[in-house]
Amino acid sequence: MADALSLSIKDLQAFYGDSHVLHGVSLDVAAGEVVTIIGRNGAGKTTTLRAVMGMLERRTGSITLGGKEVIGAAPERIARLGVAYVPEERGIYATLDVTENLMLPRKVNDRGMSLERIYKLFPNLYERRGSQGTRLSGGEQQMLAIARVLRTGASLFLLDEPTEGLAPVIVQQIGAAIELMKQEGHTILLVEQNFRFATRIADRHYVMERGRIIDQIPRAEIAARESQIQQYLGI
Amino acid sequence: MSTQVLFGQLLVGLINGSFYALLALGFAIIFGLLGIINVAQGTFYMIGAFGGWMLLNYAGIGYWPALILAPLIAGVIGMALEKTLISRMYKLDHIYGLLLTYGLMMFIMGAFIWFYATAPRPYPVPPELGGGYNLGFMFLPKYRAWVVVVSVVFCFATWFVIEKTSVGRNLRAATENPMLTRAFGINVPALLTFGFGVGVALAGLAGVLAGPIKNVTPLMGGELVIVVFAIVVVGGMQSILGAIITGLSLGVLEGLTKVFYARGSDMVIFVVMVIVLLVKPAGLFGKEK
Repeated sequence: MADALSLSIKDLQAFYGDSHVLHGVSLDVAAGEVVTIIGRNGAGKTTTLRAVMGMLERRTGSITLGGKEVIGAAPERIARLGVAYVPEERGIYATLDVTENLMLPRKVNDRGMSLERIYKLFPNLYERRGSQGTRLSGGEQQMLAIARVLRTGASLFLLDEPTEGLAPVIVQQIGAAIELMKQEGHTILLVEQNFRFATRIADRHYVMERGRIIDQIPRAEIAARESQIQQYLGI
Repeated sequence: MSTQVLFGQLLVGLINGSFYALLALGFAIIFGLLGIINVAQGTFYMIGAFGGWMLLNYAGIGYWPALILAPLIAGVIGMALEKTLISRMYKLDHIYGLLLTYGLMMFIMGAFIWFYATAPRPYPVPPELGGGYNLGFMFLPKYRAWVVVVSVVFCFATWFVIEKTSVGRNLRAATENPMLTRAFGINVPALLTFGFGVGVALAGLAGVLAGPIKNVTPLMGGELVIVVFAIVVVGGMQSILGAIITGLSLGVLEGLTKVFYARGSDMVIFVVMVIVLLVKPAGLFGKEK
């Protein structure tokens, strides 16, 4: 099993231009744990992932990866510490074909999956390996976005709404891939609107609202607190 | 009109087209990757030519080593400028990059005029490439054929590297989505420095090649860059293949215009530019937004 990275965020403040988006976010994800952030649109979930990845200009507070402080680090350095990112908009490159999209992320170590294994896991991608990345269907693009980070040997995965807008059969396939990451002992921080999907795989849930973490729900309490959760999500 | 004249101008057109293609290719790489409209592209052409001349006259280093060294020198100067000055422009509007590189062009050209004045300095054709071939319908000087061949080879080698190798894949990714590409562990700032170096080194290569044909003078890049700018607009601002094909073909078109309507030869490229802008504003090989 890989030595998974733990993530610890303390009093994270983040800004987009003049707007203050995160107001002191603190959360912890232990090595090998699967944790979700749930909450309504605009709560700051995506911003939290982008801040961990080093993709925001202005951020203060503390973010540690396996105990190492990275609040001021550049994205490429954070990636090289073993963090992999699947963005909400998928981030498939139009100027790269499917194989090039897969080969793009720099390997962190040799513990990642081989290209053959990835193609075995996602046969659709193999069939379309020579196609321009953005010619794929939405579901295929999402598979590609996830498949792309399996090759690098990263051990902390930041997944931003991997099931958004996808047909149930594809959601199942994505779910199987995430399940596989979990079995391999990787740490996963998942942003998810689809709470049913989230409850199936996550150990814990953080609830986010207006740039703050307002609650934490362990797996065991989900059934008992269902109505409260629905209220949080505005369902 | 004799076929001698026709083929003679065709050759001149191909040679100019080779220089256009090399400069335009570098320009397109730099614009695509950095978003900088590099007006100083002609200056690096001049630096390449002067680099060759200086190596020969101050260090006794001949044409063949200079063919490698002068573009490298241009590239290193370019990378130093990117690190210190140009990288500060990335977050600003395109116009600031244009103004900065315009200033750099004026400064570097002015400095060369200060030290070397504007009188042209000859650079000898290397003895191995002296003479020529009599093709029957025309006389083909060896050196001129060499220039065309080297330019075309370098243009297509550059295209190959960008389209078919992992370095090119990273460059394309960084061009399309720099922040996400960094999040995949790729050092995009270093890649931008490298890309700028490659872009200006191509201009430097054109400069050394031009030495024995055109006289070496501080002014040699200034006029060229305006034509190159038009070529890049015609080809499509970020299109690698567009820059190469448009550069070569508009060079030939310019040569042919000299044969059929000499007075129009200086403006034919700009006429094409206007027509292309009216009909297909993104350029012949550019993608519409």
